[in-house]
Order: sequence, then structure tokens, then C-alpha cells
Amino acid sequence: MPRRTDISHILVIGSGPIVIGQACEFDYSGTQACRVLREEGLRVSLINSNPATIMTDPEFADATYIEPITAEFVEKVIIDQRELGFPVDAILATLGGQTALNTAIALDEAGVLTRHNVELIGADIPAIQRGEDRQIFKDIVREIGGDVPDSAVCHSMQEVRETVAKLGLPVVIRPSFTMGGLGSGMAYTLEDLERLASIGLAASPVTEVLIEESVLGWKEYELELMRDSADNAVVVCSIENIDPMGVHTGDSMTVAPAMTLTDREYQDMRDLGLKVLRAVGVATGGCNIQFAINPDTGRMIVIEMNPRVSRSSALASKATGFPIAKIAAKLAIGYTLGEISNDITKATPAAFEPTLDYVVVKIPRFNFEKFPGADPTLTTTMKSVGEAMSIGRSFAEAFGKALRSMETKALGFWTRPDVIAQPTADDLAALLQDISVPTDGRIYGVERAMRWGATKEQVHDATDIDPWFLDQIELIQAAGTAISTAESLDVDLLREAKRYGLSDLQIAALRATGGDTSLATEEAVRELRWKLGVRPVFKTVDTCAAEFEASTPYHYSAYETDPAAESEVAPQTEKQKIIILGSGPNRIGQGIEFDYSCVHAAMALREAGFETVMVNCNPETVSTDYDTSDRLYFEPLTAEDVLEVIASEQESGTVAGVIVTLGGQTPLKLAGIIDEAMIVQRDGSGIRLPVRVLGTQPDAIDLAEDRGRFGDLLNAAGLPAPVFGLATSFPEAREVAAGIGYPVLVRPSYVLGGRGMEIVYDEASLADYIARATEITDDHPVLVDRFLDDAIEIDVDALCDGTEVYLGGVMEHIEEAGVHSGDSACVLPPITLGRTDIAKVREYTEALAMGIKVRGLMNVQYALKDETLYVIEANPRASRTVPFSSKATARPLAKAAARIMAGATIAELRAEGMLSPIGDAGTLPDGAPVAVKEAVMPFHRFRGVDGAGVDSLLGPEMRSTGEVMGIDAAFGPAFAKSQTGSYGSLPTTGTVFVSVANKDKRSMVFPIKRLADLGFTVLATEGTAEMLRRNGIEVRVVRKHYEGAGNVVEMIKAGQVNLVINTPYGQSGPRIDGYEIRTAAISADIPCITTVAGAAAALQGIEG
Amino acid sequence: MSKTPAALVLEDGRIYSGTSFGATGTAFGEAVFATGMTGYQETLTDPSYRRQVVVATAPQIGNTGWVEEDNESLGIHVAGFVIRDLSPAPSNWRATDTLPGQMQKQGVIGIAGVDTRALTRHLRTAGAMRCGIFTGSDLSTPQQMVAEVQATPAMAGANLTDEVSTKEPYTVPAIGAARFAVAALDLGIKANTPRSFAARGITTHVVPAGTTIEQIEALGVDGVFFSNGPGDPATADSAVELTKEILRRRIPLFGICFGNQILGRALGFPTYKLKFGHRGINQPVVDHHTGKVLVTSQNHGFAVQAPAGKTLATEFGDVQVGFSSLNDGVVEGLTCLGVPAFSVQFHPEASAGPHDAGYLFDRFIDLMAASKSAPSSTATPEAN
Repeated sequence: MPRRTDISHILVIGSGPIVIGQACEFDYSGTQACRVLREEGLRVSLINSNPATIMTDPEFADATYIEPITAEFVEKVIIDQRELGFPVDAILATLGGQTALNTAIALDEAGVLTRHNVELIGADIPAIQRGEDRQIFKDIVREIGGDVPDSAVCHSMQEVRETVAKLGLPVVIRPSFTMGGLGSGMAYTLEDLERLASIGLAASPVTEVLIEESVLGWKEYELELMRDSADNAVVVCSIENIDPMGVHTGDSMTVAPAMTLTDREYQDMRDLGLKVLRAVGVATGGCNIQFAINPDTGRMIVIEMNPRVSRSSALASKATGFPIAKIAAKLAIGYTLGEISNDITKATPAAFEPTLDYVVVKIPRFNFEKFPGADPTLTTTMKSVGEAMSIGRSFAEAFGKALRSMETKALGFWTRPDVIAQPTADDLAALLQDISVPTDGRIYGVERAMRWGATKEQVHDATDIDPWFLDQIELIQAAGTAISTAESLDVDLLREAKRYGLSDLQIAALRATGGDTSLATEEAVRELRWKLGVRPVFKTVDTCAAEFEASTPYHYSAYETDPAAESEVAPQTEKQKIIILGSGPNRIGQGIEFDYSCVHAAMALREAGFETVMVNCNPETVSTDYDTSDRLYFEPLTAEDVLEVIASEQESGTVAGVIVTLGGQTPLKLAGIIDEAMIVQRDGSGIRLPVRVLGTQPDAIDLAEDRGRFGDLLNAAGLPAPVFGLATSFPEAREVAAGIGYPVLVRPSYVLGGRGMEIVYDEASLADYIARATEITDDHPVLVDRFLDDAIEIDVDALCDGTEVYLGGVMEHIEEAGVHSGDSACVLPPITLGRTDIAKVREYTEALAMGIKVRGLMNVQYALKDETLYVIEANPRASRTVPFSSKATARPLAKAAARIMAGATIAELRAEGMLSPIGDAGTLPDGAPVAVKEAVMPFHRFRGVDGAGVDSLLGPEMRSTGEVMGIDAAFGPAFAKSQTGSYGSLPTTGTVFVSVANKDKRSMVFPIKRLADLGFTVLATEGTAEMLRRNGIEVRVVRKHYEGAGNVVEMIKAGQVNLVINTPYGQSGPRIDGYEIRTAAISADIPCITTVAGAAAALQGIEG
Repeated sequence: MSKTPAALVLEDGRIYSGTSFGATGTAFGEAVFATGMTGYQETLTDPSYRRQVVVATAPQIGNTGWVEEDNESLGIHVAGFVIRDLSPAPSNWRATDTLPGQMQKQGVIGIAGVDTRALTRHLRTAGAMRCGIFTGSDLSTPQQMVAEVQATPAMAGANLTDEVSTKEPYTVPAIGAARFAVAALDLGIKANTPRSFAARGITTHVVPAGTTIEQIEALGVDGVFFSNGPGDPATADSAVELTKEILRRRIPLFGICFGNQILGRALGFPTYKLKFGHRGINQPVVDHHTGKVLVTSQNHGFAVQAPAGKTLATEFGDVQVGFSSLNDGVVEGLTCLGVPAFSVQFHPEASAGPHDAGYLFDRFIDLMAASKSAPSSTATPEAN
């Protein structure tokens, strides 16, 4: 069936901000879809509020709307496009995650689709409902002969209790229509049940939860399927979870293909999957189905399905080379699987099932350390913020690569010393108890338990992890023991260790344990390995296990022991190659924004005539799409793995250099090592080749990061910075703080994303901080900075080519200094800065860029207080705000940076039109649109062990997962859009609750009065009410949380409040009350403003 | 794991090294690669792999051990097994033994640790070829081992039917009431074929390869089935003659794999050896009757030569290519328009592999039903 001819204009709905459970995999899928649809000659309009996405780049759609993803705004787009003469024929909502799908349902319910005669393609509403409504879905599975857990749908706590009386405990609670398992959990006791079920009912937009028989500890599997309009269907990939049932699949370590199924069981699962797909009626496109298998009896049950492209689809696409989203888009416009060619082989069609001759492991990345008090137990609610994937020729190899891709403290087994050197039987018993609860890093405990003498049976009983995986760990341990006990290392030992995935770092740690000081460092092991010629080969992901020739260079490394082993990297001698290092697994502080810059570099450099080579290990991203660069290496971003990729590329052509400044801190950390490396050629000739780092040089990077050298630079240039001091003990810190004056900002000296950073108002809090900061040493002192209370924070992205500095974006933070720049809303152009302020920003930025010797991008954070502009920090790399600055000014800063690194000048880029021919973001004309970036916080995902929510207060430690952009002609409406895009609309009427710290009361009078004038009912606690009344504002007093019944927290929970303005009391009041108020607001899903500036901005938004 | 060295030696002189598992000694056969990610046990026990050394492209083998009830025949048929990584400890609730344990018991030689991807790429380019696995003390100089491999017989021209066919006829009863009875000519039949018939209410009389038309007629069956099997179809003259007799008598006929090649020859089409064959469980085939794509289980090194998309006149009336491979256009099935017969090159009985093509057993049933109700009409699959 060829493409439909009755569709010529498609509106694609994106997925909005990055949140837990819905991350950049939907940028990957959306980008693929847009690309495909335009290649087909269709007009594409796109709506997505997330500026940090490739899909919202101008070249991916004919019309891009960076607007909130709501039915209301989608209708506006439909109307706008019709008025422009381009009526929308169809909407594609299956590639934008749950957000897009929910919007599609809302559009249907609101009659928008019928009203504008727009068809929903890729899935129809009844199919979505059949797939997502748990009861309907279960009925379908039963009808087609499948098995499901016993359960009942409940709409009230009473129904919940009755159901549990029948099923017995434990039970699983799953709210309907939420994403990433939000609000779901496992109840072991009646107390758990009361708590979790009420949360679940609240989380479900239809107040519905499913109470289900527990299948805890069963084996868990997923199938990714696709179907076309002619009813052809294929299974793209099978995935097995290493963490058994009970841990959300997004939080599980997973492996593809499934490792422990016989053909008979696998085919039964496949049959059932296809039947479900057809019965639910996914018309065309992808879907994902989860299964559980009882390990003792083989009873297989169907858990759930996602009738759309999902997070797992992105993983499956990267794992197999089968581009699910791209093919889903083609199927949606009428093609059948047999008509679509397999990109990788070109010669064969997409109507087949990929077969793998390698093993893929995915491990999730968590950020629990940023949410003190949050319960780190892994449950059916997803809590991870990112993931890394790895590919190896065996499970052990892939597993080792995945562990070292995580960039956590431990980089694989044995890389951190055991806390207990001589474990006793009691220690082992305690450890077995520990690992019976799934947590981040549990696998390290599993390995330790086995090393401490636990049998596989004991570990299996504690964890329910399949014995096959435990056996693999035992094999890895054996390889490790061979290394640590050997007299000396030879080729065979090294090769065998490498085959089991051991890194040079692990080998060094093992040798050190064995007392071999000569091989105790990663560098020493690498030198020996190179000398002995133990090198990886590079294989290709080709969808077909080498049955057909592959034309797509999508590579991974592997160590083979067979002397006839073969590397598949093709020679390329015509073009100079540039290697771009990506940013690894997403985490808070380093997410999609950095991938965006890497992708832009690949595009710009390819266009400029270079062969681009991408190295990354994050399966969710656009950078790891095999289409993005000329060559893709799916590899961990460690020195070892990156150097081997560089070696492979040196062998196959000429490497012009490596880009390390676009992927965040991950590649930046490697700059020095790469710069100094002399890579030994694999051919045994002994020839060593140097590697060039492109752009800002490692020494300049060090200058900006070294507090002392940077301070000297500031002094020499006469740039002010907040006073600071270093301390390694409390008395020292007390002395420094006294000299600076409170409040002070304290933090460990080497931090990312504001990790461990706090504002301290007095000596007692300082003592408390030092006591908690256990990792202070002479090498890692605590930094004590003057905290600029009430200062305006300014973020600048700038380009420098050595002769000229181009301001790419000047952003004014809406929250005042003290809130991490990643969590603060900001506006571009700055709305309160004058000409002289900007001139000063330019002058300082130029001095910094020239002083540091930046070649490419730099980000500077300033604080403006009392007419003084302070330099807070400068980072000679692409920042988190590059996509926002680029979108707001319509200038591709990361592309420009990549070109500068490859030798172009700003003047040349101006002449090409890539950068503004005259002026820059510091000279935007008066009529320029105003863009507001708002951060999106994950607080509702986390709960303490007692079930209480975590505090939503903003502070110097970054905790947001994503961002949205609102853009309009003026600040007010732009801010309002940013709020709608991130938290849902600001209320324009209703009830506002106000409770502010004494220091903020004066500044709050005007905004609150204005809200009252606009017709809001104002509620306040007594102190605040008194002050407001004195200013002629009518206020109703409500009780504080601890004052008992009818208090404000209860009112918020009851839905009687539409907006909360609550600033922290600092040291002056009962902070706990504010905490209860804020967490109540988060769970009631109403806007909660915690700063004065935020309140003023919200007011403009409400008025706008 | 064993550290006994082993080598896989190809007739073109290439040598891949690894370690031995299963039995030890020397094994010869045709090196072919199979791309299924599940089903190593079904593959090893599939008689069609007779005298072949199978290279598994899936890198982790042995994970589910050995499950007695999953055997596709009485024992392992492959001449040798080449893998990347062996899992020493199996995990499956039905497992009765380990893979190396079974291979040892049945005297089948394996080699692990080979760069199977490099080997597969080589076989893809150079074509399937003779090889030998040498383990431990059987290892000698490369020249010596290559010479030994070159001295073994080639697959082209090999008649292996007698090695795998049952010596005595046996019957697999229908499950429930029997609707039809079928004679299944055992050219290397897999256990799941009679099971697939039985599940549909058909009694299967499995008969030896040399069975005559008279013996078949004496069974009073409603149709005849030609199974899969090893070897070069060009040597299967007696089966071809038997097929012609069946077609002349208008007895409904269904052939799979080797059976497809035999029907092809009976209809007058030549067969040829594919460069590296189709061996996997992800092979897309289009059913020209419906236009639908099936993901099929395949295992064939030979194919029928016939043009797709045309009606071809033969001694037995018009014939069409009923199925084609979407990967390379190879003939994957033949449909007779003048006589009640059709065949497919792939495996509707799967095991290992997907069940997409299971409906072809039903198509055969329809053919038998139509033939029974109107014995004189020219029943065709299309008529159903």
C-alpha cells in the first residue's frame, strides 16, 4: 500500500519538558518523525514547549510552535495554520510520549478534531483507551487467551479495602493514565495501602487505581512490536529485566535480547504480544508490551502495554538498529512494512525482525543524592533521571561497559574499596538483608555478597535475580581473581579479562589489591596493554547478525580472543575527521541540552566538509541516532574507551581533532588525558600518534576551573568576584565566614550542578554543614563564598574565536541569586538591565574570554548587586542554556562554536549568515520577542521512607530535570506560557494563599494587592495577613499546618486553593510549615511560587 | 570452562581458534551460519542440519540448558557447533541437562570463543564451504588440517535422506476426533510437524523415504506431506518420481523445505545451491495469495529456480510462485493451479521460530476438504 495521498499537512505533537519517565527519547523519536515526513514531501507543523530539543530546530518542520502542549494551544496552531493557508489534515501524537497522547485525548474530547476536520493518525482514541485503561486491557488479554494478574479497578478507598480483603497482601497499586508509573507502588501492609492508594487516586486524572495481585520477583520481559495498515506485524526487540518484577522497567537494569528464554517460551510470548497488538487495535506504528514469568512454573502473564512509541522503543531502536520512530511515522502515512527499506542494509525491507549478534545492557542513572530524605528504594514508580546503554559481544562485556558508563563513584566492580575489609558471617547476613531491597547500585552489593561467600542460591533468594545473571557475575569475578592473583600479567590473562568486560581501571584496582604497585594505575595498565597489543576490535550494529552487508557505520568495541578476529571500521581517507564526545547518561545538571550542542556540531561540521564521528552511550538521544553523524561509536565516555575509538579512527583516516567542550563536564574531564595521549598504533609498529583537542585548550579549561588561577585572572583584569575562602575544618570555616560576613554560600570544591551547595545564615548552620560534609580533606576543602543576597543573577553564553567575542545570549534570572541557575526561570533579553549594565556584561565577558583563551563557547554567571557586577563563575564550554539562547535569538550557537573550533572566525560566520551580520544578543532591537525559560522540577516523584513528599524549595543545588520556553512579544504573556508549559496554566481567578518570610513582606505588598484587585480571594497565615491588612488588602486568615484542623494544608489538598506563594522563612520561622504547604501544592498540582521575584513575574503572567 | 584448545578450519585455508566444548575429536561438515537468537536446541536436533557445522551468530549460547521435551528429533544432527560464548550454568525451570552435557553424551563436537561475526561475514562473502573442527590432540599443522577438510565430500550432490529418514513407519494420532489422515514422507521430519497436524485433528502416518505410491494409497490417506530434510535436492530422484505419481492421482500434496524443492523438480523446475543459504527465524516472506508478510523460520541452502509473478505451464497444469523472500526474492513456495498441491521453502511448523506461517497447515486441510467433497474438480488453494 503506497503512501496516502489524502494527507498533505501533519501536525506533530512533541513531549514537552524533560521529566522523569519522559526524557529526550521523545526528542529522538520526534526528530526522526519530522525528518521522515518532510522527506515524503509533506508539510509538517510542530508544537513543543521544550527549546532544548533538536526537533524544535527550524529545519525540522515547516512551522514550529514553541508553545505549551495543551489542547487549547494545539487548536490555536490548527487555526493559525489554516489562516496562513495550510489547513492541518492530520495529527501525529504517538511519538510524543504520554504528554502527546493525553493531549490527543483532550483534543478529541473537546471536539477539536471534529471541529477542524483533523484526523488522528498512528493510533485512534478507542485503541489508546483499550491500551491504557487497565480493566479494558485486562479483559482483552483474557479474551485472546492470555493470562493477567488478578485485580480490580477501584475509584475510592472503600473499594480499595474491599479488593485487598479478597486478594491479600502484598498488592500493587497502579493509577490509570499516568506516565512513568507515577503514583504507583507496592503495599505490604495495610498502612502502606492507605497511603499509596490515596496518592494513586490523587495522581490519576480519572481518580482510578488498579489493585493487583503481586507478581513481585517474577522474571520481567518487554517486547517492542510494530504493525502496519495491512496488518503485518513484527517484533523488533525483546528485552529482559535483570531486576525482577517490582522495580519499574525504567529503573531496572535490562538486557537485550532476552537471555533466559527457550524458543518455545519466546514464541509463546511473541504470539501473545501479536494477539494483544491486534486486539487492542494499534492501527499502525509501535507499541510495547510487558510480560512477567513465574520462574518456577513458567506461568506467563501480560502486565501492560503502551500503545505508542515509548522509552523502551528508543532503547530497542538503538539496541537493534531498527529505527522504530522513523518507521512508525512512515506507517502512519500509509506505507506498509514491506515497502519500507531497512536503512542499515539498504537491500532488505523493514518487514523483518532484527537479530542481534551482540548483547545490549542498559543501566539507569539516579540522582537520589539531590533529594535528601527521599526514599531510594526502587519501586514501580520510576525515579531514574537517565540511562546508559552499552553493547558487547557477551553479556559480561556489555555489563562491564554499562557500569563504567554511569559516571558514578564506582565505575564497575572493585573500583571502590569495600567498607568492610574482613567480613564476618553477621556482615554477610546484613548484606543479604540489604540487597533484598532494590536500590540504586544494588548490583555492587550482589557482587560483594558472592565474594563474601554467599551462594548463588542465597543471593537469588534475597534478590530474585535470575541465576543466569548471578552466574555471569561469578564468571566476571573469576576473570578478576585471575588478574589479582597472577604473578604478572600476560597477553592471555589481559585478553580474557577484557573479554569479561574488565576496564583498565578495574584491572589496576585488582593489581593494587594483589600488591602490584607497578600496575596500580589505569595509565600503567593501558601502557602494558598497548605494549602487548591487547586491543579491541570494532564491530557493527547491522540488524541482521551479518547476514547482509551493512552500509551504516554504527560501531561498538569488543575484545575477541580469536586471533582471526576482525575489525569493521571502513577506511575513509578523503575527508578530515572530527570526533565529537557526547555527554553520557542524562542526570540532573547534564541533560539533553548538551546532547543538543553535540548534534549541532555534527550537523555543522558535516556541512563544512568534515567526516563527523560521534561517541556517546546514551540511548535516549538524537546524537546516538545512526543518521546524526557520519560514524557512530556507541561507547562509554571513559578515557580508555575514547582513546580506543580515536585509535580506530586514526587507523582509518586522518583525525583533525576531538571536540570536548560541547557535551558538558563528561568530555571536559577527558580533555587533559586526550591532549597528553600518544596513542600506540595497533599494527605493532610502535608508532605513537598524538591527538589534538579542538577549540579551547585543556590548559585554558584548567585555568577556568582552578579557583586560584581563575582568581589571578580576575584580579589582573580588575573584575570583581564575591569574596571567598577555603576551609578544611569547622574552626577554619568559622574564621573565613566571619571575615566574609553571613550569609555565606558553602560547597565542596569540586562539584557539578550545585551538588552539596548550601546557603548558610549563621555559625550554627555552618557547624552543621561541616559536620554533614564528610568528604572534606586537605585536597578537597570546602569553599566559603560571600552570598550576594537579593542580587540579580545574569547568565551569558558567548562565542570567542580569539579576536572577537560574540554575545550569544544575555539572560536575566527571575529568581534572585541563591537559586541554582538551572532551576531559576530566566528571561532573554534581560528585562530590568540597563544599557550600562549590558555594556559592563560585554566588557567583562570579553575580558574573560580573551583571558581564558576561549575558542568556541563560554558561559559566564554574574551577580549584579548595588551597581556592582560580580563574576560568579566562567565555564569554557557549552552550557545548559545554549539551546535556549539559540532558539530565543534564532542563531545556532553550538553550530557556530563547532565551526570556530574547526578554524572558522566569527567574521566568517557573520558573513555566512550563521551569526548575526551585525551586533549580537547584547544589541537586540527593542521589538525583539521576549523568551522565558522555566525549569521543571521532579519533586512529586520522590517521597521519604515515611511516605511524606520531599521539599520543593529551590536552592543552590540544582534539582530540575528539564525546561520549557515561553516566547511572546512581551514578558507577561511569555512568562505565562512558560508556566503553562511547565506546571499547567497560571490561574486567572480563584484563591491565592500567601505566607512569606519577614524579609519579603515589604516586597510582596504590591503583587498581592494587584492579585486582590484582579478578583483573587487572598488567604494568609496570621503574620502575613496582619501586614497585608495594614496595606488595605482584604485577607482571610487560615490556620497554620500545626494549628490543627481546617488548616491551609488541608485546604490545598481539598482543592480550595489555586495558587500558593510561600517564601522560606530562613532562620526566622518554622520552616517545616512551609515544607508541608509546598509539598501539598506539589501533590495538588497547583503553582507554588517560592521567591519574591517569581511572584512578581507570575503576576505579570496572570495579567498578560 | 574447558581450556582445551580447538580450531575451526575452512576449506579455503582460514582458521579460527577457540576452546573445545561438548565432545572432543574431529568433526567435518559444511560450515553454515544460523541467525536465530533463540532455539539452539531445536536447531541442533533438526535433521535438515545433517552433516553441517552450524555457526550460531547469537553470541550467548547454552543459557537455557537442554530441555528434553524440546527436541525436534531423536538426537542431535549437526556435525559440529561453533559459538562465541558458552553459558556454563543454564537457567530454565524445564531444563533437564546442560548443552555441553548433551553434546558430550551424543558425541557432538563444539568450539567456543570464535569470532563468529568475522566468520559469518566471511561465509556470507565466500559462501558456505566445507570445514572441520579439531580439538585438543587432534590439532595438527594448518596445512595438514586444511588438507583433511579438502578431502571430505561436498554438500552439492550429497544424498543424505537415508541417514535421517525413519526406518519403520509410525503413526502420530490426531488430538481429539480425527478429521483427516496424512502420509508424511520422512526426508528428515521435525517432531513439531506431526504435532502441528495432530493439534488440527489430523492423524499422521510418518513413512520412510523409500515408500512407494502403492504403499501410500494403501494407507487410505487424504493427503501426502513431504517434509524438510538435508542434502542436495538434485539427488532426490525417487522422491521426485513419487511426487509425480501423487500429482497424477490428484492426491492433495503439501511440501515444506526439501519437499518444496522436490515438488519444484517434479514440476520441471531446476534447483540450485544458494551462496550462503537462508538460516534464521526472522526471514520475511510474502504470501502472494494474500499480499501479507510472514516472519518465517528458514533453513535451506538450496532453492527452486522459477520466475515469480507469472503463471507457468507445466506437465501438471499451471503453477505460480506462491511465496517469495522479501530479502532477496528467492522462491519460497510453489502453488499448483491445476492439481491440489502446494509447497513452501520455509517452516510453518517453526520450532525454532515464529508461528506466523502456521495457517498453511490449515490451507492444506482446506485443500484436502475440497478434494474430498469434489474429487473430480480442479481444487486449488485459491479456491479456498
